[in-house]
Amino acid sequence: MEETVEKELESKEYFINMGPQHPSTHGVLRLVLSLDGEIIRKVQPHLGYIHRSIEKMCEHDSYQQIVHLTDRMDYLSCHMNNEAVCLAIEQALELEVPDRVKVIRTIIDELTRLSSHQLWWGVMGMDLGAITTFLYGFRDREMITDIFEETCGARLTMNYNIPGGLFFDIHPNFQKRTKDFLTHFKKKLPEYDTLLSNNVIFKQRMEGIGKLSKEDAISYGVTGPTGRASGFSCDVRKQHPYMAYDKVQFKEIIETDGDCLARYRCRIAEMWESMSIIEQLIDNIPEGPIKVPTKVVIKLPKGEWYQKVETARGEFGVYIISEGQKSPYRLKFRSPGFSNLSALDHMARGCKIADLVAIMSTLDLVIPDIDR
Amino acid sequence: MNWLYDFSYLTQSIHESLSGNFEPTTVTIIEMVIAAVAIMILFAILGIILVYAERKVSAFFQQRLGPMRVGFWGTAQTIADVLKLLMKEPMINKNADRFLFNLAPYIIMLAAFMAMAALPFAKGLQALDFDIGILYVSAVSSLGVIGILIAGWSSDNKYSLIGAMRSGAQIISYELSVGLSLLTIVVLTGSLQLSTIVESQADGWWIFKGHIPAVIAFLIFLIASTAETNRGPFDLAEAESELTAGFHTEYSGMKFAFFFLAEFANMFIVCAIGATVFLGGWMPFHIGDWQGFNAVMDYIPPIFWFFGKVGFMIFLMMWFRWTFPRLRIDQLLTLEWKYLLPVNLMNILLMAFLSLMGWHF
Repeated sequence: MEETVEKELESKEYFINMGPQHPSTHGVLRLVLSLDGEIIRKVQPHLGYIHRSIEKMCEHDSYQQIVHLTDRMDYLSCHMNNEAVCLAIEQALELEVPDRVKVIRTIIDELTRLSSHQLWWGVMGMDLGAITTFLYGFRDREMITDIFEETCGARLTMNYNIPGGLFFDIHPNFQKRTKDFLTHFKKKLPEYDTLLSNNVIFKQRMEGIGKLSKEDAISYGVTGPTGRASGFSCDVRKQHPYMAYDKVQFKEIIETDGDCLARYRCRIAEMWESMSIIEQLIDNIPEGPIKVPTKVVIKLPKGEWYQKVETARGEFGVYIISEGQKSPYRLKFRSPGFSNLSALDHMARGCKIADLVAIMSTLDLVIPDIDR
Repeated sequence: MNWLYDFSYLTQSIHESLSGNFEPTTVTIIEMVIAAVAIMILFAILGIILVYAERKVSAFFQQRLGPMRVGFWGTAQTIADVLKLLMKEPMINKNADRFLFNLAPYIIMLAAFMAMAALPFAKGLQALDFDIGILYVSAVSSLGVIGILIAGWSSDNKYSLIGAMRSGAQIISYELSVGLSLLTIVVLTGSLQLSTIVESQADGWWIFKGHIPAVIAFLIFLIASTAETNRGPFDLAEAESELTAGFHTEYSGMKFAFFFLAEFANMFIVCAIGATVFLGGWMPFHIGDWQGFNAVMDYIPPIFWFFGKVGFMIFLMMWFRWTFPRLRIDQLLTLEWKYLLPVNLMNILLMAFLSLMGWHF
């Protein structure tokens, strides 16, 4: 009798499906959790719910079309994705883009990074139960999307880059509105700290949660703010400068704790850095053409090219193998979200469900980026 | 207009007119029915007002307008929502325990109704005036957790179950702090009867008269009662970003509305208890010998004082909810068992000492 009772009371692992429809997976990610009570024993991410076979589609599209497809991957850093493909094509065609293009691309890169981090900040607060942050984040992000809308007609998937330059020139208001935004956001960013960063509950929820050591970060290929929070110096902008990044002064933010709070601090500090980069460039946009003329049908010479950029989430790479046709033979994207997600199981073991949500928030996952 | 200042005129006149026409037992039954109907109407009105208030207050915190389309400034929004919920299909899981699943929302509502019966809304306006008022209210308001546990258990959903278990641990823990912080004031009043507690604050509210222990007790009560009503930052039972909707994930239509309404009713009840015990209930605000000032304060009817104080406390709770992130379950229990409870026990001792030495005002 006693034995059976004991056997009954013995805790058993059970499974729970977090997603594909779940408020804090931010898309259609499905996590299969093995739980012991509330403690997580194992996390298995399952992908495939938003797979659009973008890489395969690229093998049939012209190079101009490929650029537009990358918008649909990491939609929050669409401009950087476009840029990576354009850089690879420009490298293959040995095009030297004008200085004006370089500076404008860099400014919009950083604006995109800012808007992505603002959204991340708002959503992260919401994941932790503070819904107000969500609207604060969106309020400030709105100004950036307005700037984008004015310049290139789109707010989210911008398609502003083309191989060899930019689609259009910037709007006459661009510089003024960007400066207005900077003065506005410099006042508002400290507000983020007072609302969330300095909150006792918030600190308790983040400190020491989801630790990722430098070695693990490197072995999982974790990049971006997530990797830098573990002390892994991996900023592509610094190590392989592209566009105007070699002309500006900025710090690579590196934290050493590797926990959720470090990742949080890293992103907040990156917002300050982004603002300083924009400030250095916004008044110094050189005059000149906005694109180098290319042929209508771009054919890359036979060969292989790899280009990487730093998106808001980490290192985004494009690997093109060309057979000399108008479409690539094979095109491979290296998306930051995929590698970052792979470290989730390692970080979340032994945590509680609430911690898993916090860890996922600080990884800043965008599912279409992971699942192409 | 006398009845506005003392509802016993009104209740007495109803009682007398009924007594003239009916047998004493019939009179009692009719009076019970009148009280029950009045409480139910109050419940419905409170639900509508509080939902609207929550949406407007949250909008205010989030720099947006909130509901603006239905009615003037969106005032009819809640009514439209209720109509929508009424028309929704009540869905039940295939493997759910149908009886318990249907029972759970009613238990939660019942707990709220029962607690509301003992609240002193104004002078002479109280359905039940027990000599163990506080004990009764805190006992009854914790009945709601049974409904939550049943809801989580019967819905055949792991999220619901986790939510219900969290809620069980949470409410049972924080019940202690709520009870003990109320006891701190009971030490002063020497009575558990709610009407006596209110009367004892005629010359000053306990939060002012009771020195530091009363303030500490009030703060603990605020924290613990927020936790007891499952509201943010203690909304672990719902935790929409972790457990989708916690214990009421599987509920739809009017049954969901019951849970929703019960949350607001519970919020009203704990705020009403807090206002009654710490902030003088329907007693006006008086300052010592300022005759003129006190007369002006007396001119405001007690029922406005009561709802004003309750409204203030509800606003505080909404403020918490829309500012703080959510705690984790172990942090929640640590806060209660390692901090609030010991502080509370020491506080009672301190209060007993003060009251023994007669150092309070």
